[in-house]
Amino acid sequence: MSDLKPLIEAVIKGDIKLAAEEARRALDSGNSAQDILDKGLIAAMDEVGVRFSKGLLFVPQMLRSAKTMQECMKLLESLFQEGDITTKGKVVIGTVKGDLHDIGKNLVSMMMEGAGFSMTDLGVDVSPERFVQKVQEIEPDIVAMSALLSTTMPSMRMTTEALKQAGVRGKVKIMIGGAPVTDKYAKEIGADCYAPDAGSAVTKAKELLGVS
Amino acid sequence: MVIVGEQINTSRKSIAEAVEKRDASYIVKIAREQAEAGAHYIDVNAGTFLERETECLCWLVETVQGELDLPLCLDSPNPRALAQAVKCHKGEPIINSISLEAERFQALLPVVTSQPCRVVALCMAEMSMPTTVEDRVQVGGELVSRLTDAGIPLEKVYVDPLIQPISVDTGMGLAALGAIAGIMSDFPGVNTICGLSNISFGLPARRLINRNFLSLCLSHGLSAVILDPTDKQLMATLMAVEMLLNRDEYCDRFITAYQSGRISDG
Repeated sequence: MSDLKPLIEAVIKGDIKLAAEEARRALDSGNSAQDILDKGLIAAMDEVGVRFSKGLLFVPQMLRSAKTMQECMKLLESLFQEGDITTKGKVVIGTVKGDLHDIGKNLVSMMMEGAGFSMTDLGVDVSPERFVQKVQEIEPDIVAMSALLSTTMPSMRMTTEALKQAGVRGKVKIMIGGAPVTDKYAKEIGADCYAPDAGSAVTKAKELLGVS
Repeated sequence: MVIVGEQINTSRKSIAEAVEKRDASYIVKIAREQAEAGAHYIDVNAGTFLERETECLCWLVETVQGELDLPLCLDSPNPRALAQAVKCHKGEPIINSISLEAERFQALLPVVTSQPCRVVALCMAEMSMPTTVEDRVQVGGELVSRLTDAGIPLEKVYVDPLIQPISVDTGMGLAALGAIAGIMSDFPGVNTICGLSNISFGLPARRLINRNFLSLCLSHGLSAVILDPTDKQLMATLMAVEMLLNRDEYCDRFITAYQSGRISDG
């Protein structure tokens, strides 16, 4: 088995070609696909998230690392049996009703996927009913909501209420984010947490589920 | 060039505190600094107060206009807050903003047609964000047509091409610039306006990016801008570029700014 450090470095750097070579080398030298995923790719993306939250890395670099990870995953995918990949947790994510902004939501979704969460992205302008329906259908661990406008923030409260009404609020954690959203607002509407950026969304989600 | 000063926005902590405490003297001070630095309009935004936004926005309007004889840019995505703020405002405000999103358009149209005002038309389609130049020009054109059909003079419409971050898609700078040029040539006499800071989201050295983007916007025909007029480097860029684009006869404003010490070469 080979050391995964060069792979981790290549993913952090966002060097797709080098990372793919390193992933192949790791496989050839006997590392399992699961180990390459957990101890290589996900470990690298965790580091990217931490550096991003600290202001040491910037959005384009984060995107590049995520793309590098995705390319490496293509090499590994055929080696996993269906449903074989362990996930940190299932997450339903979307921009709330009335709001069409998706940049922040996409960054969060991408980083959470990179951290090993299984993401279901409902897109933008997602009604409380659609959140509820998806929660009932796939039983996620977390519902993540984004809003970029102060006028659409009430949709977060409505969705939280709708999850209560449907009797599924107790089964999911709720996290929220977006430029006008605050920690105070999260508490006010009874969400479980507020995440200020894509890097901390990963950290907060892990805290909520008690995983590392 | 119309300059809108962006500093009175409750997403800034000091402004939120001043609004919370109804500290009129602080708000007036920030407004006056911007006016003295060259702002023609003072933007007021109380969006972070949510349910209390309307009362806070009206308080800001009355507070600023109580001391300064300047029109304001009433800034909110919330049609109800805008409808009330317009009533408190003296003179002709800029209403920021209307878009093609159905609910917002329908709720705001009566507000912007009921009295003299200028209106920012944000290039948001009914169901989606525009991505390409063509999307933006199409949405902007539709807004211009609908607003002028409703009786608003073309020169009182300020199309905002919707600035998206280049950190996420490096083509977004060109998309905005192409839209500015396209809208200005499709509707001679219309205005274009934008804020600058979205372009640099997710990147370091944002002020450097913002002021270079401003000069590109100006060269593509931008006729109004929302910015921090107390940012000296930004305002120096604005003045130099306006002069270079033949919008400063005898280089008068540039030279005057230099001679009064407002800009320097270094």
